[in-house]
Amino acid sequence: MEQLSTQTQIDLLAAMLAIRAFENRISSVYPQQEMKTPVHLYTGQEACAAGVCANLEREDMIFSTHRNHGHYIAKGADLNAIAAELYGRTGGCTKGKGGSMHFVDTASGCMGTTAIVGGSIPLGAGAALALKMRKSSNISVSFFGDGAADEGVLQETLNFAALKKLPVLFVCENNFYATNSCVRARHAHGSIAARAQAFGIPAETADGNDAETVYRAARKAAAHIRAGNGPYFLELLTYRWKGHVGPDCDYEKGCRPKAELDEWMKRCPIELYAARLAARGVISQAGLDEMKKAAEARVDRAWSYALASPAPGPEDLLTDVYRAAGESA
Amino acid sequence: MPWTKVLIDDEDLKTALRKDGLRVTTYVNALNEAHRQLLDADPAVYVIGEGVDDPGGVFGSTRGLLAAYGPDRIMDIPIAENGLTGIALGSALCGMKPIFVHMRQDFLPMCMDQIVNHAAKWHYMTGGKCSAPLVIRALAGRGWGSAAQHSQTLHGIFTAFAGLKVAVPATPYDAKGLLIAAVRDGNPVLFCEHRWLYGFEGYAPDGMYEVPFGKAVVRKPGTQVTIVAVSLMVYEAMKAARELERLGVSAEVVDPRTIKPLDRAAIAESVRKTGRLLVADTGGVHSGISAEITAGACEDAFSFMKAPPARIGLPDCPTPAGAELEKAFYPGAADIVACALRLVR
Repeated sequence: MEQLSTQTQIDLLAAMLAIRAFENRISSVYPQQEMKTPVHLYTGQEACAAGVCANLEREDMIFSTHRNHGHYIAKGADLNAIAAELYGRTGGCTKGKGGSMHFVDTASGCMGTTAIVGGSIPLGAGAALALKMRKSSNISVSFFGDGAADEGVLQETLNFAALKKLPVLFVCENNFYATNSCVRARHAHGSIAARAQAFGIPAETADGNDAETVYRAARKAAAHIRAGNGPYFLELLTYRWKGHVGPDCDYEKGCRPKAELDEWMKRCPIELYAARLAARGVISQAGLDEMKKAAEARVDRAWSYALASPAPGPEDLLTDVYRAAGESA
Repeated sequence: MPWTKVLIDDEDLKTALRKDGLRVTTYVNALNEAHRQLLDADPAVYVIGEGVDDPGGVFGSTRGLLAAYGPDRIMDIPIAENGLTGIALGSALCGMKPIFVHMRQDFLPMCMDQIVNHAAKWHYMTGGKCSAPLVIRALAGRGWGSAAQHSQTLHGIFTAFAGLKVAVPATPYDAKGLLIAAVRDGNPVLFCEHRWLYGFEGYAPDGMYEVPFGKAVVRKPGTQVTIVAVSLMVYEAMKAARELERLGVSAEVVDPRTIKPLDRAAIAESVRKTGRLLVADTGGVHSGISAEITAGACEDAFSFMKAPPARIGLPDCPTPAGAELEKAFYPGAADIVACALRLVR
């Protein structure tokens, strides 16, 4: 198998480190209760976002869910603005209107996220419809979880995307839990990818904890879509380390077995990949430490920006409900 | 001439319009023309919905569009209301201006999630970064035993959701001007049409024009009772007002034209003048838009009221199929007359 370029390998690792540093910072400060927004952390799933987004151009569009931080960081969203949003500040990406579940950064193609499970699936396909109608060469990505596979809207969207050959990549991150319900309690059939195949959409199930595996699968998918062949579906098998919501893990509440979590933590996507790059001689231990420090420093700067940003006042409550006449889209 | 835009279906009006060389057209033709002009003017506009490309063209409103604009812009869809609303919305967030058409308002509950949770809130949730210029046309059916799932008028419910605008045009002039305004508005708009209005004639200019949202119009001035009428009930109210004139009662008919935003100021101004309010809606009375209009008028002009406000609308039961039951279900001009007489006497 062809080796990825050194730069790509470093970029994949850097993206995962940035996500981990961001999520870890949230976990450490969340107990202060100054961040008054429900956070759905991406810790443990970093390889999915990093591997997919490394194949996207800035003008490609992504739509995501309540568990969106990783996708946005990997796509290149303004870290300062999303950190400020966690604190509901005016410098936040939605000026304190959306919080953690509704990050947006149109400049980097991050078109919005929804807290309704499955809701972003048709939105991503709709963006693809717009791209197709405008004869753009860009593509669109719908990120969602295995819980969203239970929504009828997935079937509706897959059918239409296949029918119209829309340039959309469906990325289902199967972390095996929908809130606290295990996939085994919800699905009679093990493969979510098979649902897309039923509509004639090429689909693949891949190891979502291996950044290079995700990268290669997404590269193939993106090439298929960019060549005008219509949609593609990736089911990425991964695992969330934290509970459905909040900075803590949930095994002590009996939501899932600790042994299961331990097994997945042994397969930490960052450690796996760092070890592989070290074995290949792409990075040294010192180089890795340097990259971790750089990720921490970016997060430090984002938090400084966020905490210095003023809170909105009551006068801001009723702004942005409607687009005003003449206001640009 | 302002009266041409204010007065509605009535033999005298049509005669007067023709005498002045002004164009008389039907509600459905005005809608069809609005689509064509919007499609011509802006390549971002497209029409999507079940059967928009059928020979019948959604009772004529989209007839001929497929031949003129092709299947990429006049797009039939699978029966997947919520998913397709999300797809239309996704395209709107990325610069397109879809007009999504439902032949029955009864299909709106199928896509409540995308309308209510997504379209209505996207602009606010993104701090104004993303607009959602999605127009949803939905027709109210009625008659011929359409029954409980093919005749609902749900416009009132949708006014509860901040971020969504709701239009209820009654005349050809408003149907065309409000649809053009809706597509250009930049916000999600629910555009509620009543099937019975489709054949009604009135004045509508040839060119493109906008009817502003949130501006009510006085269809007929009067001094003793204000009748605020919505959609088809505007015609019933006009019939009632003419009958009331014969009985010596002067009624003022106010058509809000859009119910979100709602022109409370115009309604209050009329109530201050007449001292009496009657609201006639095509929707249900219980928790319907008539409740909101009445409450608003009480808040704004209670001290001017000489009688308790009254409401006319659908009774609190699903639509029955049988002709005799249908007759009992739908109120009309006679009910408005009787109610207005109770208020003034």
